[in-house]
Amino acid sequence: MFDQLSDRLQETLSEVRSRGKLSEADVDAAMREIRLALLEADVNFKVVKSFTATLKERCLGSEVLGSLDPGQHVVKIVNEELTALMGGVSRDLTFAQSGPTVILMAGLQGSGKTTACAKLARHLGASGKDVALAACDVYRPAAVDQLVTVGEQAGAHVYEQGTDRDPVEIASWALDRAREEGRDALIVDTAGRLHVDEEMMAELVRIRKRTKPHDVLLVVDAMTGQDAVGVAESFAEAAEFDGVVMTKLDGDARGGAALSIKAVTGKPILFASTGEKLEAFDRFHPDRMASRILGMGDVLSLIEKAEQQVDERQALDLEEKLRRDQLTLEDFLQQMRQVRKMGPLSGLIGMLPGMGAAKQLKGAEVDEGELDRIEAIILSMTPGERANPGMINGSRRKRIASGSGAKVQHVNQLVKQFDQMRKLMRQMASGKMPDPQQLAQMAAGTPRPKMRRR
Amino acid sequence: MPTAWEEILDLGTRRAAAPPPQAEEERRGVFRRLRESLSKSRRALAEEISASLFDRIDEQAWERLEEALILADAGVPTTAAVVERLEHEVEAGMVSADGEAVHERLIEILAEVASTGRGPIDLSGEPAVLLMVGVNGTGKTTTIGKIAWHLSKELGLSVVLAAADTYRAAAAEQLAEWAERADADLIRSVPGGDPGAVAFDAIEAARARGADVVIVDTAGRLHTQGNLMDELAKVRRVIGKQLPGAPHETLISIDATTGQNGLRQAKVFSDAVEVDGVVLTKLDGTAKGGIVLAIANELGIPVKLIGTGESLEDLRPFDPADFARALLSE
Ligand SMILES: Nc1nc2c(ncn2[C@@H]2O[C@H](COP(=O)(O)OP(=O)(O)OP(=O)(O)O)[C@@H](O)[C@H]2O)c(=O)[nH]1
Ligand SMILES: [Mg+2]
Repeated sequence: MFDQLSDRLQETLSEVRSRGKLSEADVDAAMREIRLALLEADVNFKVVKSFTATLKERCLGSEVLGSLDPGQHVVKIVNEELTALMGGVSRDLTFAQSGPTVILMAGLQGSGKTTACAKLARHLGASGKDVALAACDVYRPAAVDQLVTVGEQAGAHVYEQGTDRDPVEIASWALDRAREEGRDALIVDTAGRLHVDEEMMAELVRIRKRTKPHDVLLVVDAMTGQDAVGVAESFAEAAEFDGVVMTKLDGDARGGAALSIKAVTGKPILFASTGEKLEAFDRFHPDRMASRILGMGDVLSLIEKAEQQVDERQALDLEEKLRRDQLTLEDFLQQMRQVRKMGPLSGLIGMLPGMGAAKQLKGAEVDEGELDRIEAIILSMTPGERANPGMINGSRRKRIASGSGAKVQHVNQLVKQFDQMRKLMRQMASGKMPDPQQLAQMAAGTPRPKMRRR
Repeated sequence: MPTAWEEILDLGTRRAAAPPPQAEEERRGVFRRLRESLSKSRRALAEEISASLFDRIDEQAWERLEEALILADAGVPTTAAVVERLEHEVEAGMVSADGEAVHERLIEILAEVASTGRGPIDLSGEPAVLLMVGVNGTGKTTTIGKIAWHLSKELGLSVVLAAADTYRAAAAEQLAEWAERADADLIRSVPGGDPGAVAFDAIEAARARGADVVIVDTAGRLHTQGNLMDELAKVRRVIGKQLPGAPHETLISIDATTGQNGLRQAKVFSDAVEVDGVVLTKLDGTAKGGIVLAIANELGIPVKLIGTGESLEDLRPFDPADFARALLSE
């Protein structure tokens, strides 16, 4: 999508460079492309309309930076405006001064509430909180069983009373218990409901009034289309939700719903759910979402940072090599040095295109000591070995290890990681989204576990 | 006339038993009438609104139509194709430039697109095997419960359900409850068991018991999870080995609220397990499910059934014209 949008913009604006300024006709043409890209990303039609209006203002007459082509320049403005619309920094939950923090979860059927409850419980548990879950979905068959199972996996206490009681009563009973037992947090799971189902929405209001939650979270599927806005507006009215949990962000949906909901209700997205495992859940980063909607990771900030460090020639060179799959360990070394100048590596990984979804990597600490070791290992290689890592056999590995003061296994690991990285680059060059798990392993340097499933 | 069940189910030489008269009465009495009146008023409303699209046939009218289709999640390419075609026909004088006529023609075009690749659900096999696939939470298990209920309670067929979602917590328990409601047999295994083995056992059980239909529930999965898609393809292969020609029908459930990603879902699932049709679920909400137009238009995969609620009887054959009208309603 980014490639497409960026290419299309470049094509549309190819004449502009010589003029150095964007004319009204240029901007209109660009706006059309942007409008299409946003609609393809499921951003709500009405939001797109007002957004492109704002955008047009900003683009009109704006100077085209000499070093960038006009297309990139417009993409940059789009990204900035999208980020602003998504709302600067991410916000955290509101915690109770005393007694349990109550969090009420609500949403449509199938949006992923029960799983999100367990993930949130684990997330809070990881910071040392004693968390309980209240099973208030008495309607969907086996919903209580499901919460009991995943709740236990998350290390939370599950308060359930079967399916014969009124969910409002169960919620209230659970809160009493959480107080008595001195829990730090109570997460209330509710049945999925349609925003137009008056009876069910009234029930939600009653649960909210009875439990007085510190935060009400609306759980929204990242794949939601144009309807997201109407749904969010109705839930805002009845549930007065404070923030959103976006689920299934590990898929390839662009997630325009996130932007639409933020734009229309003003409610921030607090958490992102990004995978099968309970750990695949984290604070949401609005800026990354903006880029995702355009489909480009934080490619822009990467461009910006790279611009500060690398001259354009060198960047083009590297890009060409990546494209042709001719990356060598020498390039890797140069690149690593460049990148290290830009700041801690952990931040950079998430900026690569297609890796926005790999939330596992976000928190990944990159050990700078290990980077020193990698440098040392590569420096102990001959130029031939750097250019063609395939030739590094057993005896060469031993030599390199002793030369760099590392263990043979470290050399093995590096060669392997480099190989994985090349594969990944090949995938990305062919437009495929890299598998986040593969990325995580690459970062962690461990071989992929052989699992039958999940 | 809305599409009837007989049109959407191919039972082969199998004769459906007449439904028990009392049950029939009851349903007509309570649900049918309610639903019929509901859909009638909805349709009236829809017609009113979409007719006003063409109060005047000018640039704004085309823009309004474009907006309506985009808001229904039909997506840019399909929307553009439909609008272009209608506009062309009006300009060429093939349709009289009268609001009502244009509106009627629009419904026709939309229904035609929605009918791409249309055919019945093949339940002629002995036993017939139906495989249900789709992304997490889209309504697979609920739909299976409803189909089983219809086949068993309304058509008198014997149904075996296979709980091949061995992954999600309490998935088998959920299906077990539907099996009970629908009076169907259930084959399940332990949590974490092999899904292919469950399907295998279910077909074997169906043969031994002379059952008519086997419906295989699978775990929800994102189409981007390559290993899980491989697993699904394997389940399909196991089914085919156990009973050549099976699964006779593979349905994907698509949630009506799904946006443009639905197209990817249909494409990737179809590549993995040859999807024959779509069940469009949750149409009782406000989402229009227009993504199925794109799915039919671009992939040739038709919608066969629609889900309109969480109860057993909330399943209906897909009717392209009804759908086309509802698409444009407010
Ligand atoms: N309103 C409405 N809700 C539905 C419909 N179909 C399914 N649901 C609800 O959607 C939720 C998910 O349905 P399931 O049948 O569990 O979906 P699934 O695809 O089997 O989910 P997983 O197995 O977890 O991937 C449940 O709460 C259902 O009651 C429908 O047509 N209308
Ligand atoms: Mg299921």
